[in-house]
Amino acid sequence: MAHSCNKLVSCSGVAKTYLTESGPVLALKDVSLSLHNGDTLAIVGPSGCGKSTLLFILAGLEKPTEGRVYFSDTPVEKPRREVALVLQDYGLFPWKTVQANIQLGIKIRKETTNQAMISALLEELGISEKTELYPQQLSGGQRQRVALARALVLNPSLLLLDEPFASVDTLTRERLQDLVAVAWRSRRFGMIIVTHDIQEAVGLGRNVLIMAGCPGTVVSHIKNPSACVKDYRETEEFYLVCERVRRELEYVA
Amino acid sequence: MKSRQGYLWGTLALLLIWQTASWCLGDLVLADPATVLGRLFVEAQQAKFWMHVGSSWLRIAAALAISFVTAVPTGLLLGSSRRLDRYARPVIHLTYPVPKIVFLPIIFLIFGLGDIGKIVMLSIILFFQLLITTRDAARSVTRSARYSLYSLGGSRLDLFRHVIWPSCLPAVFTALRIATGTVVAVLFFVESVGTRYGMGFYIIDAWGRADIRGMCVGMVVMALMGVVLYEIFDVLEKTFCRWSQL
Repeated sequence: MAHSCNKLVSCSGVAKTYLTESGPVLALKDVSLSLHNGDTLAIVGPSGCGKSTLLFILAGLEKPTEGRVYFSDTPVEKPRREVALVLQDYGLFPWKTVQANIQLGIKIRKETTNQAMISALLEELGISEKTELYPQQLSGGQRQRVALARALVLNPSLLLLDEPFASVDTLTRERLQDLVAVAWRSRRFGMIIVTHDIQEAVGLGRNVLIMAGCPGTVVSHIKNPSACVKDYRETEEFYLVCERVRRELEYVA
Repeated sequence: MKSRQGYLWGTLALLLIWQTASWCLGDLVLADPATVLGRLFVEAQQAKFWMHVGSSWLRIAAALAISFVTAVPTGLLLGSSRRLDRYARPVIHLTYPVPKIVFLPIIFLIFGLGDIGKIVMLSIILFFQLLITTRDAARSVTRSARYSLYSLGGSRLDLFRHVIWPSCLPAVFTALRIATGTVVAVLFFVESVGTRYGMGFYIIDAWGRADIRGMCVGMVVMALMGVVLYEIFDVLEKTFCRWSQL
């Protein structure tokens, strides 16, 4: 597979086998994808089709059994500084305050803290009053905002989100999706979001990749260039794309 | 405030039970609280009494320090490395249920009857309690927490520093609090032989002289040592693990 320079991340022929006590389990088979700089991709599919595994492989947290992952033109062997990850269960550390959680990446990377940028980001995400609290003192939506802040503060070229809003109510989910869209419009980082929520995938993914099967594999790729645009959720196009994704998922099921 | 009130009521209840038991058993078996506290006041003015108290505290402090610096890092290491744990698990599972106090004669033969032998015995008993709790706590660190740290650019050392150690700390304090009861009980046992100082010796000596009041003073002091230790660990946990109290 050729790797052009404007490709932010790509993978080809990725397979993943887990060795369990009951024998090897093939979780992913022959997955290929690519994402250009500043573009977004939503991976949607039923539970257990290997979406999160694929995301962890792209993040360099897990090694594929077959195939390669490239960030720009470099093979991904371990987590990269340009990549930030937001997890479904927030991944926040309950022993650190909101402030300490957000600054942990900067501290670990021994980067200089830009307090003005952090303050602006906290203001943008609506958590500027919560910095001295611990994560367990926050609601689910607030925790996910903190997780988002912790990722964005690192100014990533690629933001990976693993079912980030699965644990919050519908209204909060929509607000958080809007926040992500606003953050993307102003920063234009590459973004890959794994979700099983069709509306979330269509709202945030300018490319929608449908995965299915066990082992999971990519079954369809839908272009959705209006994703992340303001008020896209209220357009007819949004519902048409949602309907198309739903039909594809029903077909592969 | 609530905790202080609880302590006050608890102490009053215990004194009442003690007084009742003293009436029932007679003061040749159990001296009454007022007499014992009076004797404690007198003893507290003797330098030798404080040498007994000091010797016991020294042995406890040394044993706690030794077991802490050996068991906690080992537990963290075993809990975060499946491979190491696989090798160590059979040894730990075979040795943990054995009552370590039965090795007292051998420990005394190797390390002598002095302070070192006593501290080694206490340390061995505390070691296993701390090791197993810490190992299990380290083992329960989730994949999400590890991935979260690694995705921020953290190394394995950062994982220990920012994830494994702080997440295990409440469990370590719980183990230390539980260990206070054990350590005071074993202290009494090891101080009953081969020494002339320590609260264990103080009680045995008073018992030998049929000095029931002195014996009861020793018991009260040992009980207070347990309470003080428990409270120290409680305060330390509240200071260092404020998050776990929320």
